[in-house]
Amino acid sequence: MSRNDSLETMNSVSPFWNGLFNILFTIYSIVCIVPLLLVVGVSFSDEKSIITGGYNFIPKVFSLEAYKWVFKSGDTIVRAYGLSIMITIVGTLCSVAIISMFSYVISRKDFKYRNVFSFIVFFTMILNGGMVPWYKVYTNLLHINNTLLAYIVPSLVNAWYVMIMRTFFQTNVPDSIIESARIDGAGEFRTFLKIVMPLAKPGLATIALFQTLGFWNEWYLPLMLIEDSKLYNLQYILYKTLNAIQYLSQASNVSGGTAEILAKLPSETARMAMCVLAIGPIILAYPFFQKYFIKGLTVGAVKG
Amino acid sequence: MRITPAALEKVALSPKTNKKKSGFLKEVSKNRVLFIMMLPALVVLFLNNYLPMAGILIAFKNFKFFGRNFFENFYKSDWVGLQNFEFFTSTPDAFMVTRNTLAYNLAFIVIGLVVAVFFAVILNEVRNKYLSKFYQASMFLPYFMSWIVVSYLVFALLSEEQGFVNKNLLPAFGISIDSLPAWYGDPAKWPVILTAVNMWKFTGYNCVVYVAAIAGIDQEYYEAATVDGATKFQQIRNITLPLLTPLMIILTLLAVGRVFYSDFGLFFSVTRNVGALYDTTLVIDTFVYNALRNMNDVGMASAAGLYQSLCGFVLVLTSNLIVRKIDPDKALF
Repeated sequence: MSRNDSLETMNSVSPFWNGLFNILFTIYSIVCIVPLLLVVGVSFSDEKSIITGGYNFIPKVFSLEAYKWVFKSGDTIVRAYGLSIMITIVGTLCSVAIISMFSYVISRKDFKYRNVFSFIVFFTMILNGGMVPWYKVYTNLLHINNTLLAYIVPSLVNAWYVMIMRTFFQTNVPDSIIESARIDGAGEFRTFLKIVMPLAKPGLATIALFQTLGFWNEWYLPLMLIEDSKLYNLQYILYKTLNAIQYLSQASNVSGGTAEILAKLPSETARMAMCVLAIGPIILAYPFFQKYFIKGLTVGAVKG
Repeated sequence: MRITPAALEKVALSPKTNKKKSGFLKEVSKNRVLFIMMLPALVVLFLNNYLPMAGILIAFKNFKFFGRNFFENFYKSDWVGLQNFEFFTSTPDAFMVTRNTLAYNLAFIVIGLVVAVFFAVILNEVRNKYLSKFYQASMFLPYFMSWIVVSYLVFALLSEEQGFVNKNLLPAFGISIDSLPAWYGDPAKWPVILTAVNMWKFTGYNCVVYVAAIAGIDQEYYEAATVDGATKFQQIRNITLPLLTPLMIILTLLAVGRVFYSDFGLFFSVTRNVGALYDTTLVIDTFVYNALRNMNDVGMASAAGLYQSLCGFVLVLTSNLIVRKIDPDKALF
């Protein structure tokens, strides 16, 4: 944005409208953030005060009981957290590798069949087999339901990200560089790894972030494909708990399971604490995320 | 195709390429590495996308389980022609889910467009650039929350037992405990709730594209307009909006191509799949899920799924065709 400063001030809305816009955006920003604060507020509240007073933004009686319980509740929630982290890392790395290799090949103007293979990817955006055949393929043919692969394989390739990466390679990696690498005797794969990939870093970062978010927020795949409670990720345990608060006590390996122990379970606040723990990493990474997301969206939309 | 030195070298040196082969195999052996690089993605696409496309034929079968093997089950199940579709269309749900799917999507498209463009245009007019960055960041935040987290937020607000609205907000306005709304029991409230939730989650995201497009408009237009004495609002009406129109048309058309598909998370998780709300919350995607997983009715589920796939296919093709007429660069294919 190279704007002339004096023109800028001359050519802007009056202070009245500027103020009004600011008020409007402040209100909308609050609308966007405040629901999250409600969950945070409940998670730091005392269970009894919630039962009597309902959910509120500011804890009437401050308490860390919910978080203590979540961390003491045995390995289920901790394992789910670890699983979510692992799936996110492995899934993102595999996905970025697979997408970038494919998009690079179809971005090469000297590759004769680039249009055929581009079409193979883009056709998946047009026709969709639907949920039933998809479900049958995974559960009845590949039999990878109830394994960790079920979290990763279905999300590995996404036609939209292939499009973004192809455009990125086309616009940011000049043909002459690939050619000169070849003249220097570098093989195709070496050229890709040592020369093309470093040039494509911003594009890679964008789809890596998209995929990180996707894998971290994944709950549809376990809903469809995972029944073994040892393989639940964090989002899916959250889902289970929202619909049946008793799930928390089942998930915890508190022995005995007597009414007394169940009564001690801060179920209302504990599930909100889990929700906060699921949002936490995203908020921490948010400044970084947001910047690359906006870049990526802009690349996809304007040049795609 | 441009002949590169390396390609020439290969033709001269490699004995393989001297053999007579069909064009494709020749290309495979010449560019072996490139094909190997494409292989993982092709395998995933085959398993995850193309096999299910072939599996669409399930809809014409009375699918039964004979064993663990899909092909065996498929082969042994009887062909029943259009029977599954007759079952599906004979239920009152068929009309209801179609109506819900289309109505929600059209509302999301229209309201989404107006709100996103409005916010993008006025965000551009906020003088303090730090504040405008901050606004954009907060508006974008909901997009990063999973549908499960969004369901928690909605639940924390609307729950009939502990919800903030019923327990603290409405009583503060003097509404008696007897007349508090039963949010998760009244289908009439959900068109508004779901539309609001959808806007909450996606406005920031939708806005980004238009903000970028506005930033890309040549400043000389505005400078010339200012010299001519045009007010800022005249500039918005006569420069910004007309220049954004092609993008608006294209994004809208692409969205129209997808009106038979809904966001499963919004309709399944945010509503908590509560049966009492189905009248206004059941869409094709959630109907298929319920038929498949809760009623175990593969025939009905696959018939509804195929109905969705075919309508979607026709609409995507049509909308893309129109997009290509307007701006070939923006078309999907």
